[in-house]
Order: sequence, then C-alpha cells, then structure tokens
Amino acid sequence: MPPARAAELARELGDAVCLSTCFRTELYLADGDVERAVASLEELAHEPLAAVVYQLHDEAAAVHLFRVAAGLDSLVPGEGEILGQVRAAYDAASPGPLLDRVFRQALRIGKRVRAETAIGESPASVPAAAAALAQQVFGDLNGRRALLVGAGRMGELAAANLASRGASIAYVASRSDPSELAGRFGAVPIDLAAIPRALGDVDLVLTSTSAPTTVVHLADVPSHRHRPLFFLDIAVPRDVDAAVHELDGCYLYDIDDLEAVVAQSLADRREAAAHAEQLVAEEAERFREWQASLEVVPAIAALRARAEEIRTAELAKLGRLPEHERRTVESVTAQILNKLLHLPTVRMKQAAAATGGAEYVDAVRHLFGLEEER
Amino acid sequence: MSVASTGSSRKRRCGVAEALFWPALLGYGEAALAYSSARFSRLGTWGVRLGWLAQTALLAVQAARTDGFPWASWAGSLNLFVWLVVGAYLIWGCRPRYRVLGLSVMPLAVALFAVARVGGGTGADERSHYGNLFLILHVGFVLAAFAGFTLAAALAGVYLWQDRRLRHRAADILALRLPSLLTLEHLAGRTVAVSLPLLTFGLAAGFVRLGETGGRFDAMMGITVVTWLVYGGYLAARPRGRRGAHMLLAGFALVILVRLVLAGGHF
Repeated sequence: MPPARAAELARELGDAVCLSTCFRTELYLADGDVERAVASLEELAHEPLAAVVYQLHDEAAAVHLFRVAAGLDSLVPGEGEILGQVRAAYDAASPGPLLDRVFRQALRIGKRVRAETAIGESPASVPAAAAALAQQVFGDLNGRRALLVGAGRMGELAAANLASRGASIAYVASRSDPSELAGRFGAVPIDLAAIPRALGDVDLVLTSTSAPTTVVHLADVPSHRHRPLFFLDIAVPRDVDAAVHELDGCYLYDIDDLEAVVAQSLADRREAAAHAEQLVAEEAERFREWQASLEVVPAIAALRARAEEIRTAELAKLGRLPEHERRTVESVTAQILNKLLHLPTVRMKQAAAATGGAEYVDAVRHLFGLEEER
Repeated sequence: MSVASTGSSRKRRCGVAEALFWPALLGYGEAALAYSSARFSRLGTWGVRLGWLAQTALLAVQAARTDGFPWASWAGSLNLFVWLVVGAYLIWGCRPRYRVLGLSVMPLAVALFAVARVGGGTGADERSHYGNLFLILHVGFVLAAFAGFTLAAALAGVYLWQDRRLRHRAADILALRLPSLLTLEHLAGRTVAVSLPLLTFGLAAGFVRLGETGGRFDAMMGITVVTWLVYGGYLAARPRGRRGAHMLLAGFALVILVRLVLAGGHF
C-alpha cells in the first residue's frame, strides 16, 4: 500500500496508525472498531482477508510493534529500513495519547537495539557485502572509480549499490552494446578489449558476464599501481583470473566468498537478535508498568484535587492579608501538600506496577472519602 | 637539621613517584589485556587514559626537581618515551575503529615501562650532568620522533593484519571492522612525515654537542643515522602496500635496537 494511502486509512479510522511495508500492512487502533478496520483493508485488497489477518490486543500488540521497530519481525533480522517506516507511519498519523506513547517507545527501542547490539551492522545481501568489503580496503567509497564488466541484472544491482555509497561507475564493458547501461550510470561504454587500459584508471572492478572463460587476465592488471585494486567477481563461471589475488594491492572476491560472508553475517544477526529480544523484553516490562500505573491515575488525581480543594477553602478563611503575606502562605501550603502527597503517589504507582494497585486505590478512596465522588 | 629535612623530602618524592608508577602500570596493563576482547575494549581505553594521567603526574613529580633534566639516563628516557608513545596513541588511537592498535601499542608500553622501572628511570632522585636545553632538544626531539615511528609501526602491523584477513577471505571478515587499508597507509605516512623532522632536529642537536665536546661517535649514533635513512627513504619513495608496511617495521626494529640494546652505552 502506498504510504499516502496508508496515512489516509489511519485518518479515516480515527485514533489509528497504519504501517505498510513490502511485507506487511498493520493497523494499530487505540480503541477503534476492529471489524471496520478489517473491512477497510478488504476493500483495499479487493478480496477477503480472514485467512491472513491476525489480531493482537493490549500488551501483545505493543510488544509486537516493539519487535517490528527493532527489526526482529523482519525477514532479515535487524533490517535497517523498518525503523524509518515505523517513524513515517507515526508521523503521518494523528495518534491519541496511548498510540503516541506506544509508538514513541517503539522508536526508542528500535534505536536502542541498533545502538546496543550488532544486529544491523553486517550486510545481509551480496551487493551490500561487496560494498562492505570494498570499504575495508578504501574506507569511504566516495569518489572511488569502478569498472563494471557485463551487463547482467546482478552486476547492475551490485553497481547500483556501490554507486549509492558514493562510488562512481566510470566504465561499463560488455560483449554486447553497453551504451544503455553505461548511460544509466553516467559511465563510458568500452569494449572488452579496452579492459586492460581501464584497469589503470579504476579502484573497483565488478564483473558479472556469462562468458565461459576468463575475461580479466593476470597480464591485464597494470604492474605499477599507486592504489589498491579490488575485484568483485559475481559471475559463474569466474570472469577474473584467480592469480590476480596474489598480486600486492589486489584483492579478488568471487560469488562464493561473498555468499559465505552474507551467510556469516546472517548468523551474526541471528545471534544479536537474542540480545535484542532481551532489550525488547525490558521495554515491554516498562510498558506494562506504565499501563498498570494508569489504573491508579484517576485516584491520584482525585486525591490531589481533594487536597487542593481543602487548601483553597482554608486559605479563603484567612480574610484580607497583605499581598506578599498571602503569596508566602500560598507557597508554604502548596509545598506542604506536595510533600505530603509525594510518597503516597509514588507508592500507589509502585503498587500498581506490582499488581496490587486496586487495593491501594480502594484504600485511598476510602481513607480520604473520595468514593463519594465516583 | 636542614640535612634531615632534605633527606625526608627526597624520600617523600620517591614515595609519591612510587605511588604514581603502579597506577600507571596497572592502567596500561589493564588496557593491554582489555584490548584483546572487543567486549572490553572500551574499558581498555579508560585504562590508557588513567594510566597516562598517572604517568603524566609521575613525570611532573620527576620534573619538579630543580637540579637538571630528569630523564637523562637510558631508563629515564625510556620512561619519557613510553609517555610519548601512549600520548600519541591517545590522540586518535582510542577511537572505536583504531582500538585494535592498542593490541600492539599497549603491551609494548607495559614492557618498556617495566624495563624503565627496573633501570631506575621512574624514581624521583635522578641527577643529570647535561644542560637542560641540550637535553630537551636532543632527547626530547629524538624520543618524540621514536614515539611517532612506534605508532607508524603499529599502523603498519595492523595494515599487514588487515591485508592478511582480506587475502584469507574468511567468512567472518566483517565481524571485526578495522580501519581501511588506505586509511592505515595514509596515517602511517603522515606520522612518519611529522616524526622524521623531529628526529632530524634531535640528531642535529646531538651532533652539534658532539662537535663542541669532541666526543666519540658511538654505535647508537650510527644506528640512529641508519634509522633516519630508512624513514627518509620511506618518505622519498612512499612504497605502497605490504612493501611500505614492511619498511616501516624494519625501521621500527632499528628503533628498538637503539632504545633497548644500544642506549646503555650512550648515556
């Protein structure tokens, strides 16, 4: 669902937030009509959704959102885009106090998980792994020049990934006409025969041809170079002579190496996910405490209102006082009230978090005569 | 009465120096151990900071003596050398990506600091018969240059390690993110470019004094000149890749030879 349509749907449903990504469409409702929400989704999908819709309520719904924001509910654990998508969904909606609180906490959890665990650090795809390895050699890829050999889809994707990190695709070489692909990257189209010359002018070489034999030979690599040369060979069979890797300053990674790096990265992410789950559990506990404290809020408000009422009534009995004396008396009595009520307020919230809140509320209402106001 | 007072004040100074040596050594030792684990490397950085502060205080106590340059013996100069090395490392070595440098710098600092103590270079009762200005120029510049070469060697060591990891194509290569090869090469080159002029000044001061006093040219002077030539050659040729890293390590081997083997006969 496009983000604009998701935001519109959230507004139609009132106090709601709609999170729509490639893999999910989720509606978070504060106290809305679930059946109406499902009907709206079915209308958009033009089909019944009973078989694929799932519903979570109260704390379970909040914890689910926390896991989503932490990237724990994604296909690739720790996937980076989801946190931005949660933020965009939250910004596009007009949530009430409950959803506002839950989404802000979810965004905080997402940031915390990324800061305190390594879940999002390692690459989860071959193009991302290729770029991360190139950064191990060059650091920032900004301004690095690349040669793309082959006009295949995989090579184009990997080249686009390098370009998104600042590298410039300087040349595109292919057996067929590489002009169209070169034009897309703003590169110079060249013949395969011109590869040796281009190798002296680039830092990165990305090969992905379907050629049955080697395309880049050891003899093609210039012997006097002033900078490293990094080869990424994602073709099967290989495009680059394996002996290139033995040259000083030359590094060659083929598709098997890159896939092994990705597999290891995913394993690391899964390991980090266990730590992330602990952080989510901590935050879920905090949410539970907050939710429980809501039970005692009306009693605390009533208690404070009663105390304030008494204070105001007693102040009125003082009659005419000079202005500065009145201010002093008002200040002193307000401080006394605050100090007296501080501990009961804290204790009631603590009791609420420990599931004893109801007894405390009843006791306070009874002791201070608040029940008459219910 | 006045003699007794001088004696007790010297004892007190020795006590203070002793009290500062151990925290410094402990801090450096803790850092050397902590850097071996990514999990505790942040603690390692605190060890370096606290140890360096303690050593700075120790040097201040030593410098508080009014009767001469306090680091004129080989052991004293080794103490100053360690302080310079760790100080240079602190400038940027504690950044998360460069913490791995601590793996090579801090164990070396611990070992040299301990040797300095065994040689009596961390006490507060040394005296020197040399003039302060000459020693500041000669010892100060030479040691600062050697500290720079030590860091450059550490960078070269990390470069070779990173190069080896990339060559082995291990699947877990991204689990530990080191500074990039180009960054390491660039930093090492800059460190040598700053250090070599310092060594030149230090050597010039030494040769001027040698000419004035008519002293003998000893082995340490000879090897120091060779060291100057190695690093000078490095700056002139700027060899890239593993060749450059090996050249920096060869230069550092000469530094160690000068500092630990030949220094005794020079002072």
